[in-house]
Amino acid sequence: MASITKPPVRHPSLPTNALGFTKRDYEGAMSTLCAGCGHDSVTAALVQALWELELPPHRAAKMSGIGCSSKTTAYFLRQSHGFNGVHGRMPALATGANAANRQLAYIGISGDGDSLSIGLGQLCHAIRRNLNMMYVLENNGVYGLTKGQFSASADVGSKSKRGEANVQPPIDPVLLALSLGATFVARSFSGDKAQLVPILKAAIRHNGFALIDVISPCVSFNDHETSTKSYRYTRNHYLEVAPVDFVPLRREIATEQGEDALTSVTMHDGSVVRFRKVANEYDPTNRDAAYAYLRARHAHGEVVTGLLHIDENAPDMHAVAGTVETPLVDLDFNALCPGGAALAELMDEYR
Amino acid sequence: MPEVGGSHPVDSRVNDFAFKIGTVNGTGSASANSLLMQAIFRMGIPVTGKNVFPSNIQGLPTWYEIRVSRDGYTARPEEVDLVVALNPATYAKDVASVRPGGYLLYDSSWPLDDSLVREGITILGIPFGKMCVESFEGDRERTLLRNIAYAGALAALLEIDMDVIGEMLREKFSKKRALLDSNFRAIRLGFDYAKAHYDCPLPFRLERMNATSDSILIDGNAAAALGAVYAGATVGAWYPITPSTSLMEAFKEYCERFRVDPVTKQRKYALIQAEDELAAAGMVIGAGWCGARSFTSTAGPGISLMSEFIGLAYYTEIPGVFFDIQRTGPSTGMPTRTQQGDLLSIAYLSHGDTKHIALFPANPEECFYLAVNAFDLAERFQTPVFVVSDLDIGMNDWMCKRFAWDDSYRPDRGKVLGPAELDRVQKFARYTDVDGDGVAARTLPGAHPRGGYFTRGSGHDKNAAYTEDSADYLEVVDRLSRKLATAATAVPAPEVHNQSDDRAAEIGIISLGGCHSAVLEAVDRLRADGHSVDYMRIRAFPFPPSVQAFINAHKCCYVVEQNRDGQLRSLLAIETGIARDRMTSILDYGGLPLTADRVVRGVLGENAATHTPRYSGVGTVAATAARQR
Ligand SMILES: Cc1ncc(C[n+]2csc(CCOP(=O)(O)OP(=O)(O)O)c2C)c(N)n1
Ligand code: SF4
Ligand SMILES: [Mg+2]
Repeated sequence: MASITKPPVRHPSLPTNALGFTKRDYEGAMSTLCAGCGHDSVTAALVQALWELELPPHRAAKMSGIGCSSKTTAYFLRQSHGFNGVHGRMPALATGANAANRQLAYIGISGDGDSLSIGLGQLCHAIRRNLNMMYVLENNGVYGLTKGQFSASADVGSKSKRGEANVQPPIDPVLLALSLGATFVARSFSGDKAQLVPILKAAIRHNGFALIDVISPCVSFNDHETSTKSYRYTRNHYLEVAPVDFVPLRREIATEQGEDALTSVTMHDGSVVRFRKVANEYDPTNRDAAYAYLRARHAHGEVVTGLLHIDENAPDMHAVAGTVETPLVDLDFNALCPGGAALAELMDEYR
Repeated sequence: MPEVGGSHPVDSRVNDFAFKIGTVNGTGSASANSLLMQAIFRMGIPVTGKNVFPSNIQGLPTWYEIRVSRDGYTARPEEVDLVVALNPATYAKDVASVRPGGYLLYDSSWPLDDSLVREGITILGIPFGKMCVESFEGDRERTLLRNIAYAGALAALLEIDMDVIGEMLREKFSKKRALLDSNFRAIRLGFDYAKAHYDCPLPFRLERMNATSDSILIDGNAAAALGAVYAGATVGAWYPITPSTSLMEAFKEYCERFRVDPVTKQRKYALIQAEDELAAAGMVIGAGWCGARSFTSTAGPGISLMSEFIGLAYYTEIPGVFFDIQRTGPSTGMPTRTQQGDLLSIAYLSHGDTKHIALFPANPEECFYLAVNAFDLAERFQTPVFVVSDLDIGMNDWMCKRFAWDDSYRPDRGKVLGPAELDRVQKFARYTDVDGDGVAARTLPGAHPRGGYFTRGSGHDKNAAYTEDSADYLEVVDRLSRKLATAATAVPAPEVHNQSDDRAAEIGIISLGGCHSAVLEAVDRLRADGHSVDYMRIRAFPFPPSVQAFINAHKCCYVVEQNRDGQLRSLLAIETGIARDRMTSILDYGGLPLTADRVVRGVLGENAATHTPRYSGVGTVAATAARQR
């Protein structure tokens, strides 16, 4: 994220990653969000994560719907292609894009309105397909861009700025994703960069659909005393159960002797996520147990965060479909068109 | 009561008649019907079959209409020479559709129903049901073979070559000996009974010809799917809807045959059954954005749902091909009946100023070639392209010329900057018109560090940057309208059938799509009756300049189409500026394929929907807006 226009000159003292890029190379256009908006912090965490991951910027594709959150794809990775589509329909665009070119890193950014109201169906089906993408849901309990109406993630009793209480039960994207069979489910907080950055890194490396519900307060419409999506409320009810470190493939993985098998999971590409501390009874590889635990803590008013569930063995959309490894866009026309002789032969069958 | 059996009327016709079979759907009559049609085709005789079926899986009326025409006419006839009435629920309707002097064949296992009785036709009874009960075991087998038995009777009555039928049965049941035997027995039951009890053949009959050797029988959806395979389409996304479903199913079958690596078994295509048409459209656009040739197939309800996404693709300039197999609307309408009711909505689909390229195939052959064309146009103009077919073209088997493929074909990928070009570019500006044709170069995600840009459906300037500035906004949308103007000169030109090269005929008929076969036949009939008629079949939107020229050249223009409100006529008026009332509508929108009679009557003024500059070569013209139901 860049909140002020910066000169294009390169600062020689800025550290570079293995590709020779500084963090600024992972930034984008100047943010136009409200000062203090949680979404800008998520963008900053993304820049950090992508830089640390040494992702070639042009090999990423940024996908989003419509909303303040969805706008943020313009505020990082200026060298990448980005697609700010229509409201609630980013999963379909990402599905088609991924079908065509499976080798790009798909980074989806959405909001709670974009994902849980208008786009609920598309989100569910992208999860079902185990589409290989990271899906960051910047959750503030309101429609920021249309000025503060309750969204489908607003808690019962949470009050709007004008004092009106929400009466409809919320949809919890984490529980939803778990019940739909999502293979990577996390929750974090825009105010906890230390927790969020490794989760983002692991999510990008995950081979399948990685949903990250990030509580990301809207300072203009939902950060007041009586809101349950405010900075304050979130900090006060924060329960970190499964924070992780992400160890990319290239770095040497020094496994400590006697380490409990559960506390680290090897990813598809050989990278490792290591759980820093896991609450005693919590097993992030056990979907049902995770679900039960989250429901129980939620009943106590706690916002459980961390990498809540991971399943590295499930096949993604392409594996299920049996698509060729080469991206479809890179196949030569001759490999696609059966040619005149085959057509002549085929025609005989239509007589 | 008319005589059962009886003497033959005088007229005797060879290879020029029509018959139809009325049955109940779900009873297996479809395979008997296509057996008949295919056998006639293999006898070298031009033939068409139209399936009029219900939106239902089992138990509702269904008809199969077969027209035999030595002259090669393929339009649906209004009356038939012979009806095989096997569905008591539709007896009255079926008997009414027989031409005076024609024949009715019924199942005489039961007494002749009163509703089948009509003066002036000949009634033939054959106890299909009884014979099958006596010869076969089990309800299902008896029901299925009753169909084969009537096929056998028709073979006798019409002189369908039994050798051809035998050969077809052997092909079909080569691996199922028992079925082959029972089918042969059933065919003979009907055949022998007809031969023994009636004068065979009837006065209209078949005789071998050699008019189909370079033809095939194929439906438009299979042909379009084959076009998509040949065009190199790799991503198909869809949501099932009649009558478009068989297009994607055919695509899948062709891909399983042609696009699976023989060694690794990996697939060189992605076929995604989406959660709805909205998502299907999004997937097509996402794939098109990434550089794949992508497409969907749908019908009216799906088109309505896709509207928002289509506007996005138009404004962000992303290619994609959208097959619309039209059915009868509005709303769910009559899903298994045909219509051309989506023309206006497709031309300008989505909110704001939009306009889309649309191609109008007239038959399966064109579905194949125009499908390929559609992918080229979509990429060349970086915009959604619609292939607007209909149920009649899409789902019925049509006789058409064998498709041929030119191996020198290379897809037109349009202006895409590759790595080499991007190496040379200082700063890529996505929406800048360099060549003055309204088409700006694009880049594909992942191709090059300098190719990146931000695609947005919100206001953008020529650099793809967000804008709320009028001038920057106008620059882009005005270029889009230039782009579509360029497209009008690149889309397929109308097919013009002028009576003479020297001067315009008195009557100019304009039509499109599935109306073509009926209009062609009507034109021949009108000319034979001494009227001077030119005919233009529109093949694409936006209209090429020659469309306007044709209308201008004809004082008396008729627009033949299959919808209630004359959508093509309105489109012509909007786009050419020619007054709507300069053109007279001939409309047919009851859901069945158009007949030549309907067109002839319309031109001769018998029930044209509007009546401004009309043809005055015949006496009075009915001024009322009588419309065919
Ligand atoms: C079809 C459609 N309906 C409504 C809108 C208006 N709209 C724009 S953003 C938005 C809500 C966004 O909420 P959310 O996804 O939570 O994003 P936030 O602004 O809170 O980050 C709505 C309703 C739209 N753009 N498109
Ligand atoms: S309105 Fe809310 S969500 Fe939108 S930018 Fe402002 S603070 Fe962020
Ligand atoms: Mg929101």
